[in-house]
Amino acid sequence: MPDTLVTTRLRIRVVYLARLREALHSAGEIFELPADATVDSLVDALRARGGAFAAELAEGRAIRFAVNHRIVARSQAIADGDEVAIFPPVTGG
Amino acid sequence: MTARVQTGDFDIGAEIARLRAADRGVGAIASFVGTVRDVNDAATITGMTLEHYPGMTEAALDEIIATARQRFDIREALVIHRVGTLEPGDQIVLVVVTSAHRGTAFDACEFIIDWLKTRAPFWKKERLPDGERWVEARASDDEAAQRW
Repeated sequence: MPDTLVTTRLRIRVVYLARLREALHSAGEIFELPADATVDSLVDALRARGGAFAAELAEGRAIRFAVNHRIVARSQAIADGDEVAIFPPVTGG
Repeated sequence: MTARVQTGDFDIGAEIARLRAADRGVGAIASFVGTVRDVNDAATITGMTLEHYPGMTEAALDEIIATARQRFDIREALVIHRVGTLEPGDQIVLVVVTSAHRGTAFDACEFIIDWLKTRAPFWKKERLPDGERWVEARASDDEAAQRW
């Protein structure tokens, strides 16, 4: 009997900026997620690593997100190949 | 409609002269220049580094200008934002809006800088005599942007 259940995973680029880049000691990484991933589930997956990721992405920390260079809410769905940026509230001007 | 991100300084006089020369329908010009202060939150500031998110920054500035053009009857809008290492007294950002009449120019100029402060991906890191610190976003900036 053919297997009709196809499980795909998303391969995305995560970018860390400003204070987060320093605190996480990373400018970004390639990350894999389940096909139904959202920004929120990405944050959960990163937080589960513990350490600086858990501290910086903890509930209540002021964090903003952009998917493919557009600011989005946490509920935003993520697609294969997306670039997801995580950063503190902006302070330009 | 122009947005530029650059490390070098800008010349407000030259930028305004260029906008005026290109459009004789201009009757009003409003501008905003943000500069580096030598004090912030009671601490001495010896300089700052401005970081941005290349690729998104230009798109975000273009979108803010496009929104200003939809909301206000303006002739032209220019935004120049510097990145990299800056010293106290240095210019950081320039907003220039041209229009037929002053009210529109003032409003659109204020709108653009208010939105830039909450939507454009720039981050300031201040240098102090004893180290560095990231500037925290201010609630008053969110409130200013929400007026529009």
